[in-house]
This record gives sequence, C-alpha cells and structure tokens, in this order.
Amino acid sequence: MSITVIYTVATLSVIGTSAAVILYFVARKFNVYEDPRIDEVEQNLPAANCGGCGYAGCRAFAEACVKANDLSDLDCPVGGNETMNKVAEILGLEAVKKDARVAFIRCNGTCDHRPKTNIYDGATTCAIASSVYSGETDCQWGCLGYGDCYDACDFDAIELRADLGVPRIIDDMCVACGACVEACPKDLIELRKKFPKDRKVVVACRNQDKGGVARKACAVACIGCSKCEKECKFDAITIENNLAFIDSDKCKLCRKCAPVCPTNAIIEENFPPRKIKVEEKEECNTAK
Amino acid sequence: MSNLLTVSPSPHVHSDDSTRKIMYRVVYAMIPALLWSVFIFGIDALRVTLIAVAACIAFEYLIQKYLMKINPSVTDGSALVTGILLAFNVPAGIPWWIIVIGSLAAIGIGKLSFGGLGSNIFNPALVGRVFLLISFPVQMTSWPVTRQSDVDAVTSATPLGIIKEGLTNGTPVSQLLPDLPATSDMLLGNMGGSLGEISVLLLIVGGLYMLFKKVITWHIPVSIIVSVGIIAAIFWGAAPQNYVNPVYHLLTGGLMLGAIFMATDMVSSPMTPKGQIIYGVGIGVITISIRLFGAYPEGISFAILIMNAFTPLINTYVKPKRFGGK
Amino acid sequence: MLKTFKKGGVHPPENKLSSGKPIEVLPPPASVFIPVAQHIGAPATPVVSRGDTVKVGQIIAKSSSFVSTNIHSSVSGKVKKVDFQADSSGYPKQGVFIDVAGDEWIDEIDRSDELKKEFELSGEEIVRKIQDAGIVGLGGATFPTHVKLVPPKGMKADVLLINGVECEPYLTSDHRLMLEKTEEILVGTQLLMKALNVEKAVIGIENNKPDAIQLLTEKSKTYQGISVVALKVKYPQGGEKQLINAVTGREVPSGGLPIAVGAVVSNVGTAFAVYEGIQKNKPLFERVVTITGKAVSSPSNLLVRVGTPTSVLIEAAGGLPENSGKVISGGPMMGRAIASLDVPVTKGTSGILLMEKEQSKRKEYIACIRCSRCVSVCPIGLEPYLLMTLSEKQIFDQSEDAKIMDCIECGSCSYTCPSNRPLLDYIRFGKGKVGQIIRSRKK
Repeated sequence: MSITVIYTVATLSVIGTSAAVILYFVARKFNVYEDPRIDEVEQNLPAANCGGCGYAGCRAFAEACVKANDLSDLDCPVGGNETMNKVAEILGLEAVKKDARVAFIRCNGTCDHRPKTNIYDGATTCAIASSVYSGETDCQWGCLGYGDCYDACDFDAIELRADLGVPRIIDDMCVACGACVEACPKDLIELRKKFPKDRKVVVACRNQDKGGVARKACAVACIGCSKCEKECKFDAITIENNLAFIDSDKCKLCRKCAPVCPTNAIIEENFPPRKIKVEEKEECNTAK
Repeated sequence: MSNLLTVSPSPHVHSDDSTRKIMYRVVYAMIPALLWSVFIFGIDALRVTLIAVAACIAFEYLIQKYLMKINPSVTDGSALVTGILLAFNVPAGIPWWIIVIGSLAAIGIGKLSFGGLGSNIFNPALVGRVFLLISFPVQMTSWPVTRQSDVDAVTSATPLGIIKEGLTNGTPVSQLLPDLPATSDMLLGNMGGSLGEISVLLLIVGGLYMLFKKVITWHIPVSIIVSVGIIAAIFWGAAPQNYVNPVYHLLTGGLMLGAIFMATDMVSSPMTPKGQIIYGVGIGVITISIRLFGAYPEGISFAILIMNAFTPLINTYVKPKRFGGK
Repeated sequence: MLKTFKKGGVHPPENKLSSGKPIEVLPPPASVFIPVAQHIGAPATPVVSRGDTVKVGQIIAKSSSFVSTNIHSSVSGKVKKVDFQADSSGYPKQGVFIDVAGDEWIDEIDRSDELKKEFELSGEEIVRKIQDAGIVGLGGATFPTHVKLVPPKGMKADVLLINGVECEPYLTSDHRLMLEKTEEILVGTQLLMKALNVEKAVIGIENNKPDAIQLLTEKSKTYQGISVVALKVKYPQGGEKQLINAVTGREVPSGGLPIAVGAVVSNVGTAFAVYEGIQKNKPLFERVVTITGKAVSSPSNLLVRVGTPTSVLIEAAGGLPENSGKVISGGPMMGRAIASLDVPVTKGTSGILLMEKEQSKRKEYIACIRCSRCVSVCPIGLEPYLLMTLSEKQIFDQSEDAKIMDCIECGSCSYTCPSNRPLLDYIRFGKGKVGQIIRSRKK
C-alpha cells in the first residue's frame, strides 16, 4: 500500500465529513416549517392537478384547505363529497355536501340540423376560428367543432364526433373540472347538476338571435317562444335574449317542457322511452 | 363539392416555397461534390451514397410507421439530405453494414428520437458520423487511395492526419511539407479524405448555389472559415515550425463541408444573424482547438455538435433587433 | 438607391390587373346595408328608424364619442329597418337597411367637377369639418382622421406623410385616384397640413407606379411644402410604421404612435376625401374600390356607394367566375375573406378580390424546420415561429415579453413559411389574449 492510497482516502473522508457538516447547518438554517396536514390532505386528493377547484394543482388546494376556517368555498369537483369528507376529517372541519356536476355542451347543431354556408380553412382551433368570423354556418352562437374542449380535457371525457360535427361529453368520465368551460370561445359548456342515471333535460342551444333568424340557421335552435317556460311548474326555466335556459338545480326532471318545444331544442337523455299516450299527444299537436 | 366560399384568416397568398423544395435545393448543391468523389474514388463512392440514402429513407419510414405510429414523412426530402451528408462524411471504402448502422444512428437517434424533422437538437448526419467514428475508428479512418495517386497502397492518409501524426512525433513542419498535397490539389480535391469533403472548390460552388437560392445565409460559413483562418494564422505566425500554414487548415479535412453543408442545417442552427455568427465563431474556435491540441486530427464534427447544443441557448438570448426598440 | 424601410419585408407578385382601368361610377344599387361601425372606435348611434326617408349625404348615425365618427346615407330612399347583418368582420353588426329610390342629394353638397383650390379655414375648423364629414383612414385601418389630427398633449407633428404606396398586390384604387384626382389630393394634403400645422408633406409612392410618381411630382411643384418620394417596391411598405421609416428614417417606438416621432400618416384616398368633405361639403359616403382577380372577366376600379353589397360589385365586373373559391374584402395579404356576398362595401373596403378555387385552400402545414425566414422577413423584428408556439401552448406572459403586441399582422411570416405554418393565425390569437390580459391588468 502506497502513501498515495492512504492520502486519497484521507482527503476524501475529510471532504465528505465537512460537506456533511455544512449541509447539516444549511438545512437547519433554511428549514421551512410546513404544516404536516398539508401533506396529509394532499394524499387524499385525486392528484389530477386539473385546476377544477380554482387552485393551481392539488398541492395549492391542500394548502388552501389547511388555511381555511370552513370548507364551504372549497370543493374538489373530481373527488366529490367523498374526498371532501376525508379532508374535513383530517382538518376537523365540517364538509359541505355539494351536488355532483357534469359538463354539457349546449349545442345540437349537428351537420343535419345546421347547414354549412361556407368553408373554414384556417388553423383548426375554435379560438382562432372564432376570432376570424362567426363560423361555418349562419349560427354565430353555436359549436365550431374544432375541439378546443377536447384538447382541454385531461380526463378523456369528451369525444369528437366527426359524424355529428359537434363533440359530446362522456358523462361517466367527466369530473366537472371546468377546463372545457374555460376553453370554449362560444361559452357553450355548462356544468350542470348530475342526476341519477345521468338523466338530463336541457336546452341544447345558445342562439340569442330572434326566432326567425335562429330557426333559419339551425333546425333545432331555441327561438325563445317561451312555451317551455309556461309549462314548467318549478320556475326552472327562464327566457332571456330569445333563449330559454333550464336551471338544473331547480329542474325536477318532470319532462313536461320537452314535448312542447316546437324546434326540439330541449334534449332529454337517458330516460326510458315515453309512453305511447304522450307520443299521440305530440302527433296531435304537430297535425294542427 | 358545392359552391360554398372558403373563409380563412389573412394572408391569402403564399410564396409557394416549401420545405421539400429547400431540401431538394440542398441535394442539387451537393451533386457536384458527389460527382467529383465518384470520379476520384470510383464507383465505391456511389455505392456508399446510395446505401446511405436508401437506409436513411427506409429507417425513417419504418420508425415513423411502426414505432411512432404516425404518417411517414419521407417525401419531405430531409432523409435524403441526411443520407447524402452521412455518405459524404465516411471514407469511400467503408463496408455496407457500417453505413446502415450509421444511418440508423442518424435517423433513429439523431432525428426521430427527438420527434422528427424540426425537433432534433443535433445535426442527424453528424450524429451518425460521430457514432461511427467512435464505434468503428479503424474503418472510419481507412482512407482509400485516390485514383491519381501513383503509390501502390490500399489506404492513404489525409493531410490533417499526416500533420497531426508528424507534429505529435515532434517532426518540424518543414519536413512534413513534402508529404502534403499541393495547394491546387487541395482546392480541386485530389487528396485523401472522406467521400464528400475533398473538393473544396465544388463545395464552394454548391454553397454559392444555396446562397443564391436563399437556402442559407453567409453568416455561418463565413464566420466559421474566418475564425478558423485567423486562429490558425496566429499560431502559424508565432511558431511556423510547430504549426502549419492556415491554408492547410482551410482547404483540408471537413472544414468546407462542415461550414457550408453541416453547420448551416436550419434545424440545429440559430435563428438570428447575430446568433448565427456567435454559433459560427464557436464552431471555428472549437474546430481549430481540436485540430491543434486535441487527440483527433479533425474536429469539425465535434465542434458542430457541441455548438448545436448551444443553439437553443443562443436563440433564447440573442434576439433580433426589434423595430422601434431601444 | 430608392428608399425603403430597413427591416424585413417580402415581395409577393404584384398582379395589378386593373391599373390601366379608369375609375367608373357604379350607380346606386337597389338596396344598401350601411353598418354603423365602419371605423375603429365606438360604433355610431343610429338616428333614423324604420320608414324614415333619407337623402344622399344625410347623417343616419351620429358619432358617439371622440374616437368615433358620423355615418352618412350613401343613397336616397326609405329606411327599411335598423338591424344586424354580417359585415367583413364576419360577425353580425348593427346597421341601417335602406331601399333606394331615385338619387336625391342634400343641397349642401357641391356636385360640380370644378377644382376648388382656395380655402380660408383655420386648423380647428378643418378638423371639425373632417369629423362632421365622417372621414376615416381609407387605407384599410379606418382610424377616424380627426383623432389623428389632434396630437396628444406635449406632442407635435413636423411632417405629414401621404400614403400612396398601395403595397398590397392586386389593389389599384389608390393608384387610379392619384392619376385621376391628382390636384384634389394635393389640395386635400394642404388642408391636412393646415389642420396639423406642419410645413412639410411627403407623398410616398412605390416605384411600380411611375406614371403616378411623375404626375404628382409635376403637379406638386405649385404646392408649397409638398414633395414626392419614390420608394422601392416592398411589402408592407404601406404600413404606417414602415412608411415613416422608409421616408424619414425614423422608427416609431415599440408600443408608440407615429406622432411620437413627429409624423402623421394619411392615405391618398383620405386626402381626397378631405378635399371633398371641405371644399365640396361632401361627406364620406362613397369610395373607389378595386374589383379584381385572375378569373374576373373585367377587373375594374369603381366609385361605389358605401353599403353596396359585394354581389353588385361582382356583377359590375362581369359576374362571379365559375370556379371562385374565395372572396376577399381588401388585398390578398391583409384582407378578410367574406362568407357571404351580401357583405357591404364600407369606408375601409379598398378592394374586392376573387380567388379561384385552386388558390383558395391552404396547403397542409408541417413541422417548423427553423429556417428562420419568418424572423428575417418580419418588418418589426419579431420571432414569429416562437410567437406561434407560445400562442399554441398558451404561454401568454412570454409572448408579451417577446413583443407580440407590436405585430402589425402584415402576414409576411405566413406568406414566406416553407412549411405553410399558420403563423399569423396563432399570433393574432395570442395578440388578442395578451391584449385582454393587459387591459385587465390596467383595471
């Protein structure tokens, strides 16, 4: 064994030890105290980092939860009540029960319903197309179909339907994070209350033009005739700017409004087929 | 279809230039040097080039189709350019399987692993070449004899190789000079070397064509050549017995090929003229440092690859002068 | 060496098919739709309603704020309705529909062709009359002219630039105007000089209009302070900042107005409108529009009433060619494609360009090969490739730092890109977003 080996080992040992000492003091000096509950809360969050809660990721939301005195303003749409209950338990607070929500694209302007009046040939994003002009059809309010919502969705809950020309939400996958609501330049997407079996009654239209103009542009446009408003016993339907809106928090799914709609702008989904009686009535109406 | 009007954002006209046209212009610019190498090295040069091109195109197609599962974009001509450039960077007598490995490294590692055309950080052909140089040093430096040489040998040495070996062994420059080709031979390309790098004159012709067709700008080649020339001249002036005349540095090795065809690769070079000059000078300095002080006789491929890595940094910090800015 | 702006620029094929065609008067159409927002700024407020009878030149919508302007009826007849219809912006806009009956003008307008050189108005009076006449920049940006003539406090103009560049391919309306209304433009220029209180005016014309350069140089000798400069043909020389740079060598600072370097730019069409508005009491309700395209049977320059539907213009030029794929309001570089032929001519419509089907569609775009051509052609010295990526990834704070707001949307980058990338589409989108961010920050 030569002196070189001993020398090398010694030098490295000294360097290593002194580095450890320095690190120890630095770590103490710059130590940042963090509430251990933040980690605990974060572990119970879905870790989707979708931003649906309004915070920049799950960690930021966990910090906000720990700071907050009550949880009524804080909600993780992805985890829902279950997650919020766990968070409340950790923090010793009361969770506020909230209805689950699901996104819905309020446009049924499919290729069949809404004839094309020109061809768009620019960058295929809704944001750019809508900054250029009102769209490929005469309806300036409806879906452009280039899928900005699809790109924004982190949960594969939106499918592009080339056959329809408008995307559709897959209710089972949707966590109501609201990313698509932000992404849609036409403001078509709404987070609605999630009913059992994904049933829904909704005005699938945002056209605020006068009835005639709207109808000319799209066969299933809402023309603001207010027939549905009169039919609704729960004050769930309001008409504003030639457009009906069904408030999902007030709606009881009675389905009275849909049959009276002259343009079929009100969509019912996931219900059992209507009884024959109702269909007869419908036929009578159209016969007039 | 029906008579619906098209609506699109402005501008509504296009210069009609295309990436494919640019790639083909690069190919045209390389043809004189390729023909010369066929003339010098015989049909072997053509064989190497064809194998490299075919392998590059095949690998691009196969990898894009079966590994990346995207629409193959082989028709854009970039694989063709990479293939020819790779062939230009190897000796004419190299076995076919080495070229195929080089092509795989160039296309697979150099280009497609970064995402394909436009996303690669390094010049793919150079990645292939350096991969081969390190993996197969013997084959990559066995230079076939040129047609004109009357010596009865299978391999010859490159001028830079002669200089490097001589100077490392302590031989003064004056004793090396008789072994080196004449200036006119170096200009024309009557010397040993990689397939495409030998004819300085024809490479410059190709460069002028690309300059005229606006495929490249003068900034990169000129800054490389000037910086190599100046540094070589300083050392030569200080110690003429230990360093060779800068003319040898400018006319031999892959300098011209690198400066004109490899460093100017659009994808891996900076965007602004100022940035391109910084990049060019960087390549020049590294090249001459390797040549004078490094273990390898030639350094341009390493220099370009090193500066390729700096390109994103240069793009971030060297901005064009804004109109109305300070 | 001819003067030109220093940085960037492209040279698209000029295709000035209609430069030899004298201006013809297009008779009023059967009905018009006159939008109340034909300028940058607040839309005017309609002051007529259904059933009212209007005369040519009568105010139908009043200026609603300082950066706004009056709208005058371009025809005589009965107001059908005040409603919404799409204009060249692609969105329905409020406007007045008028059914035309006869061609009765208000009495104040002097309809003679006689040249009236003398004027005795003060600068303020000129500005007021320009405002009343509803004159806006006719080069396409439609900025109200009276606003330009009142510099912000502490700034003073020392030179007036008259823009006769017409750098857009195809368009020839300014060219014809310079040839046919030479003296009127010069008088209009003098009026603008008086309003601005400047001694010097320069008319910039690109060298592809030698006849206009010669004629204006000749005639301008008798007008004090007005000179003509021939400029090298390069797009976008007609941009305000580029023209100032080409003629005076000054650079408008980033984010600043031309007045910051003591210059005010007006189009030749605007100068002519100023002449008519002041010397002839004629408000701005008609303008010269080039109707052109490779397949158009007779490309022409027409004097058109504002509000005339595009279809009427196309009829006048020989009808819509069989294989038309795109109709552009304006030039091919900056004009807007329109979705319907009902779109009316407005104050800012310098031309209608019809493109054949084959030229209407863009080619598919591929990856950026970082050729840096967009950087070298950008007249503002921006990095379009970077701005596009930043917009695509929605990283707007960085695009603001990269001066996205300085983009003049000339389209040189998209024009040159060998990969056919929609650079300007994304930059324009990013610009909109960054603009929103900046506005919300100010609040």
